[in-house]
Amino acid sequence: MNNINKKAKEPFIRTVKNSERSKMDILKLRIIAFGLSLIAGGLFILLIGYDPFHVYATIISGAFRSKMAIQATIKIMIPLLMSSLGVTLAFKMKFWNIGAEGQIIMGAIFSSYFALFHSDWPHVLLLLAMFIAGFVGGSLWGLIPAYFKSKYNTNETLFTLMLNYIALHVISFLRDGPWQDPGSSGFPKIARFDINAQLDKVFGVQFGWIIGLILVAIVFIYIKYTKQGYEISVVGESKATARYAGMNVRKVILRTMIISGGICGVTGVIQSAGSDMTLASSVAGGVGFTAIAIAWLSNLNPFGILLVSFLFSVLEKGSSVMQSTYGLSTYSASVLQGIILFFILGCEFFIRYKFVFRHKGGTQA
Amino acid sequence: MNIFLNFLVAAIFAGTPLLFGTLGEIMNEKAGHLNLGVEGMMAMGACAGFMGGFLSNNLIIALLASFVAGLFGALIYAVLTITYKADQNVTGLTLTIFGTGISNFIGEFMLTNLETNSLKLPELITTQISNINIPGLSSIPIIGPLLFQYNPFVYLGIIIAILCSFYLNHTKTGLNVRAIGENPGAADAAGIKVNKLKYINVLIGGGICGIGGAYCSMIINGGVWMSNSVNGMGWISVALVIFASWSPMKAIFGSYIFGAFNILKYYIPKTLFTLPNAFYDMLPFIITALVLVITSIRKSKENSQPASCGVNYFREDR
Repeated sequence: MNNINKKAKEPFIRTVKNSERSKMDILKLRIIAFGLSLIAGGLFILLIGYDPFHVYATIISGAFRSKMAIQATIKIMIPLLMSSLGVTLAFKMKFWNIGAEGQIIMGAIFSSYFALFHSDWPHVLLLLAMFIAGFVGGSLWGLIPAYFKSKYNTNETLFTLMLNYIALHVISFLRDGPWQDPGSSGFPKIARFDINAQLDKVFGVQFGWIIGLILVAIVFIYIKYTKQGYEISVVGESKATARYAGMNVRKVILRTMIISGGICGVTGVIQSAGSDMTLASSVAGGVGFTAIAIAWLSNLNPFGILLVSFLFSVLEKGSSVMQSTYGLSTYSASVLQGIILFFILGCEFFIRYKFVFRHKGGTQA
Repeated sequence: MNIFLNFLVAAIFAGTPLLFGTLGEIMNEKAGHLNLGVEGMMAMGACAGFMGGFLSNNLIIALLASFVAGLFGALIYAVLTITYKADQNVTGLTLTIFGTGISNFIGEFMLTNLETNSLKLPELITTQISNINIPGLSSIPIIGPLLFQYNPFVYLGIIIAILCSFYLNHTKTGLNVRAIGENPGAADAAGIKVNKLKYINVLIGGGICGIGGAYCSMIINGGVWMSNSVNGMGWISVALVIFASWSPMKAIFGSYIFGAFNILKYYIPKTLFTLPNAFYDMLPFIITALVLVITSIRKSKENSQPASCGVNYFREDR
C-alpha cells in the first residue's frame, strides 16, 4: 500500500488503445504473425532433427499431390468450415458457445435415428428428414444453455462445455445398448448406414462441401444485410443498448443459438452420413473446439473462415503424409495449429494497441 | 463393508488427478483468468513427467519436469492473456489443442526412436509411486487402508490443496489476488501489482495442473506410456471448480466425489439395479450443469465465479 506515496513516474513504455489502423496495416501485421509462426514451427521441426523446408513442402504436396489427396483435404475441411460458421453467429453475440462439439454430436444422433431405422424411405425424403432432424438436435443442444443464459445469466462457457460431455455419453449409451449393431456379435458399435442413407458424392466428395459453400454466402448475408444479423451485433456490443433500442434481447439470444446450434447439428449429419457412414463417438472428434479457434482467427468473417479452415485442413491432411514419409505422428498438425494460433493471438494486441514511449518533456497524449 | 471400503479407496485414486487440475484452475480463476487450457497443461505435464522419469530414473526430477511443463504451458497463456490481452477462451482452447498435440507427438516420437516397442517407467520409480505402506499405521483395520495406504501423489494433492487454501484465504497476497479476481481496477487503485500477481497465480496453477498430468501418465496406465492419458480429465477439472465453488478445501472432497462417479459403475451390485454405464459417466457433468444453473438462479455471491473472470484487465480502460 505504500506504493501510493511513491512519486508517480511515467513508465518508459506504455500502451494505449489504437482504433485507427487501416485494413492494410492489420493484414500486414497478421501476415507477419503468420510468417513468424511458420518460423517458430520450423525451429520446432529443426529441434527434433528434421529439415523444416522439407517438412513444410511435404505437408503442402501431401495435401495436393493427387486428386485423392485433394478430395481427402476437402473432406477434412467440410466439418471445420460448417461448425466454424455455426459458432460465428453465437460469437457475434458474445455468447461463448464452446458447445459446438456437443451440438455436432446431437445433430448426428438425431439424424442417425432416421438413417438406422428408416433407411427404406425414398432417398431424397430420407436425407431431408435426416438434415431436419440434425438441425433440430443441434439447436436443442444450443437452446438449453441459451435459455438459462437469457433467463438466469448462467455462464454459457461452462454450461455448453458440460453439454459436450453429456452428448458424448449419449452416443456411448446408444452404442452399448439400444442401437448396438446386432450383427457385430456383442462388440459395441453402431451399424454402418445403409447406402440409401449416405450422402451422395459430387466430384468424388460427399455433397457436404456444397452445403458448406452455400452456407458461407448465407451466413455472410445474414450477418451483414439482415435485420436479425444486425440485432445479433447490437446484442453482442451491449445488451443495454439493444434493450433501449426496443429489441427483445432474450428472443435474439434464443433465436441465434437455435441457428448456431442447428448449423453445428447439420455438421454432425454431414460428418456421420457423409464421411463416417455410421454414428461413431468420434463424430465431432475435437472439430468443435478447432472450429472456435478458426472462427476467431478469421475475425468472424465467413470468407475468412473459408480460407482458414482450408489452411487447417491442409495442415491436417499434410501431417498424415508426414506420418507415412517421416514416421512423425499426425499430432504434428495440432502442434503447428497451436503455434500459428498463439502468434496470431499475440499479434492481435499490436492491432488493437500501440506503444507510447516516454518523452523527455513530460506526458504527451 | 469391504466392498464399500474398496470403493472409497478407488474413488480417491480416481479423484486425485482431478484434484490437481481443479486446484490449478482455482488458482487461475481467483486471479480472474478462466483458463480453458487445463487439459493441455495436464497433457504437457503428463508427457514431461513421464519422459523426465523415464530418462532420469528419478521421481523428484519427474515431478519437477511435470511442474515445469505445466508452468511453461501456463506461461504461454499468461503472456498472451495478461501482457497481450488476448481472448482468454480462445487462448485456453488453443493451449489445449497445442498441449495435447505436443504431448502425444513427443510420446510417439520417443516410441519410434526407441528400439523397444513400448515406453515403460524404470522399476525404481514405479516402486516409489506405488502405494506407501506406513508400518503400523496402515495395518489398523479400516482406518489403515482408508487413510495410510496411498501413493505419494494422493498426499501431495491434499498438501497442495491445504497450501492453496491457506495462500488464498489467510495471506495478504492471497487477499490481493482475490481482490484482483473480483475487481482489478479497484485492486490496481489500491496499489496492488495486478499483472505481477496474475502471472504468479496463473503460472503456479499451471504447474499444479502439470503434476496432475504426471499422475495420469505415470500411474493410471501402470507406468506404460500411452497417448491421451489425460483423456478429458482437464475438462472435468474445469467443471469441478464450479462444483467446489472456488474453494481449494471443497475441491478435495469434490474431486473424490467425482472420482467416485467415475468408478461407480464397477461397484454398484448388478443384482440391485442396472443402469447403463454411460449414465454413470454422464453423471458428473449433469451434476455440474445443475450446480451451475442452481447457483445462477440463486444468484449467490458466495458461491459464484470471481466477478472479473474471463475479462482481461487493461489499465487504460479504467
